[in-house]
Amino acid sequence: MSKDKIVRMEHGAGGEAMQTLIRDVILKNITNRSAGLVGLDDLDDGATINIASNIHDSERSDEIVITTDSHVIKPPFFPDSNIGRLAVSGTVNDLAVMGAAPLALTCAMVVPEGFELDSFEKIIRSMNAAAEEVGVPIIAGDTKTVDRNGLDSIIINTTGIGIAYEVIRDCGLCPGDRIILTGTIGDHGISLLAHREGFDLNTDLVSDVAPLWNMIRSVIPIRTIEGKPAISAMKDPTRGGLAGALNEMAQKSGTGIIIDQKDLPIRGSVSSACEMLGIDPLEVANEGKAIICVKDENAEEVLSIIRKHEYGKDAAIIGEATDSNSGKVLMRTTIGSMRYVDTPTGDLIPRIC
Amino acid sequence: MMQNIEQKLISRINEHATPLRIMHVCGTHERTISKYAIRDIISEDVQLLSGPGCPVCVTPSKDIDFAIALARSGKVITSFGDMMRVPGTMGSLFDARSDGYDIRMVYSIDDAIKIAKDNPALDIVFFGIGFETTAPSNAAATLRGLPENFSIITSHKLMPPAMEILTQDTNVDGFLAPGHVSTIIGTDPYDPISEKGFPIVVTGFEVLDVLLSIAMVQDQIISGRSCVENAYPRCVNVEGNLKAREIMYHVFKKTDSNWRGIGMIENSGLALKKEFEQFDAVNVHADIYDKTSHEKRASEIEDHENDLYEGCICAEILTARAEPSQCPLFGRRCSPEDPVGPCMVSLEGTCYNWYKYTRNKGI
Repeated sequence: MSKDKIVRMEHGAGGEAMQTLIRDVILKNITNRSAGLVGLDDLDDGATINIASNIHDSERSDEIVITTDSHVIKPPFFPDSNIGRLAVSGTVNDLAVMGAAPLALTCAMVVPEGFELDSFEKIIRSMNAAAEEVGVPIIAGDTKTVDRNGLDSIIINTTGIGIAYEVIRDCGLCPGDRIILTGTIGDHGISLLAHREGFDLNTDLVSDVAPLWNMIRSVIPIRTIEGKPAISAMKDPTRGGLAGALNEMAQKSGTGIIIDQKDLPIRGSVSSACEMLGIDPLEVANEGKAIICVKDENAEEVLSIIRKHEYGKDAAIIGEATDSNSGKVLMRTTIGSMRYVDTPTGDLIPRIC
Repeated sequence: MMQNIEQKLISRINEHATPLRIMHVCGTHERTISKYAIRDIISEDVQLLSGPGCPVCVTPSKDIDFAIALARSGKVITSFGDMMRVPGTMGSLFDARSDGYDIRMVYSIDDAIKIAKDNPALDIVFFGIGFETTAPSNAAATLRGLPENFSIITSHKLMPPAMEILTQDTNVDGFLAPGHVSTIIGTDPYDPISEKGFPIVVTGFEVLDVLLSIAMVQDQIISGRSCVENAYPRCVNVEGNLKAREIMYHVFKKTDSNWRGIGMIENSGLALKKEFEQFDAVNVHADIYDKTSHEKRASEIEDHENDLYEGCICAEILTARAEPSQCPLFGRRCSPEDPVGPCMVSLEGTCYNWYKYTRNKGI
C-alpha cells in the first residue's frame, strides 16, 4: 500500500508517526550522533557540544547548546504576531528549556517568488524585536528564492547557539517533583485556527508566541537546601501541546505524571472553542509557555518568581511526578475521576457536529 | 468538604445503583463520558453503553470508495476533517491525498461552495455526512443555489430509526438522547420508543448534563416510568426547529440507508429529491459511481456483511454488544495512528475515546 512508502503529513505533526520516521529512517542512517552530553539519540530540544572544562573552576562544566528549527506556518501573519517572532522565539525557547543562555542565532529563509517585500520586511523586523528582547544577536543567514509553484509561503529556519553551566534535560524528572506550567494553554493553536478558518470566537485571543529566556533565567540559579539545582527538567509544550510534552518527559524520565484539571490555566475562550471543535486543549500548540519541573521544597519560590514576569503571570503548579504509572500521564478530572492523557496522534482535526 | 453539584449527582447515582444498562447514541456524549472517566466514578452496576452515535463511523465504505474514485478521476473532494482518516476498501481520503489527489478539508458546505466559485474550471464534490444536525445547513445551501461545478455525496443518517432497531437487538434499559440532533427534531420522535418501555432523557454535553441525565433515567427506572424527559431545555424543546426541518425536507427525502457495521435500516437516510438531482454526485458522476459499485471492491474487507476488515468488531461496538477492550485488534493492530475500524478513527468513535482516555490507566 502506498501508505507505507511515502511521507504523509502526520510524519511531521509531532505524533507517533514522526517518532517512527525519526527512529527508523533518520537515526538509523546517521552514524555519528553525539558531540557532548546530549546528542541526536536523546531527541531533546537541542544538543550539546562539550568544550574543555573551565580551568578556573573544576566544579563547573560549561556546555555549548545548539538547536535548530524550521518554521512554516499558514498564514505567516496571525493575531498579534508573525512567523518572524515565532522563528526567533521557538529557537530561543529550545535553548532556554535546556538551561542555556542564547549566544547567537543564524537564520536561513526560503521565500517563494511573488512574496510581498513589505511583508518580508515586517517579518525581519519582528525577528529583530524578539531577538532584542532577550539580547541575542543574529549573526549569519542565508536567503533562497524558489518558484511560486514549488512553495506557497515563506519557510524560516533558525539555529541557535547557547551556553549552559548546567544543562537541564527533559528526562530529569524525579518522583515527588512538582510541575509548573508558566501560563494558559492553547492560546497559540486556537487563535491561529480561528484566524485561519475565520471563526469569530468573540474575544481578543491572540497567540502567546514569546521568547522566554528572561523569565527562565531568573529561576535557573535556585538551589535546594542541599545546594542542588531546584529545576530537574524543562520543556516547551509546542507542537503536540501539553499532552505531548508531558508524555515525552514521563517516558524519558521513567516516572509517572499526575496533573489536576482544576489547576490547569486555560482561558474561557480557548476552552469553549475546543469544546465546540472537539479538540483537546491539552494537545494544542503553545509558543510562549514552558513546563518547569522543580523539587517540592522550591516549588512555591519558583512559582512566585515566574509569576512576577510578564509571560508568567498565569503560571500554576499543575501536578507532580509519581513513582507509579511510569511513563504515563494521568489527569484528575474536575469530578474527581482519573483519566489517561495520551500522546497526540498527529494533526488536530476538528469534528463535524 | 462541600460537594459541588457534580459530586452530589455522582453520590445520588451510586446510592440508588441497581443493575442498569443506559445507552447513549451520540459521539460527543462518549467523549464527555471518556474524558471525565464517568464509568470509573459511578457504580459498576450502572453501565453506560455506546451506540451508533458517530456519523463518520457508520458511513459505509462504498461511499468512501466513491469519493476516492472521484478524486482519482480528477475531481476535488471536500470533506469534514474527521471523515478523512476513515478507511474504505481503497484506503482513506488522507491516503488518497498523500497519493497526490486533490482532497481538501472544510468546516462547512459553504467553504466547499467557495472553492467551487473560486475555481470554475474544477469539479467540486462535497462529502455530505452527519445526522439531523448537519443536514439542514447542507439543505439550506442547496436551496440558496449551488454553483454548476458542484455536487454532493449525500450520506446523511437519521437517528430515531437506528434507536428503534437497537431496542429490538440490544439489551438496553434506557437511552440518553443526543442534544444536538434533538435541537432539530425536538423530543416527539422519541415518544414511540419510550412508549415501548424505554426511558429516554435528552441531554447536553457538559459533564453535568451527562450526570444529570443518568440520574434521570435511573429515577424513571426506579419509579417504573418510561417517558421522554428533557435535561437540555436551554437548547431543546418539544417541537424542535421547525424551520430547519422544513428546509431539510424541501431538499431531501427519507430513504433506506446502509449503516456501516449495522446494515440497512429502513427510512434512516436522506437522499436529494428529484428536482435537485443535478447536484447529486451519484447522478452527475453516474459512470464512476456504477464502476465503484460493480468493481470487485473489498480487497481487504473480509467481513462483507458488516462492511469491516477481518477481525474488526466495530459492528458489535456500534451496537453495544461488546466493549473495545474485547476486540483482539484494539490497541495492537488498531490504534488512532493506524486505524482498522471506523470506531477508532473519529473523535466521536467509541474505540478512539477508550484508547485515548482509558487505555492502560492502571490506577
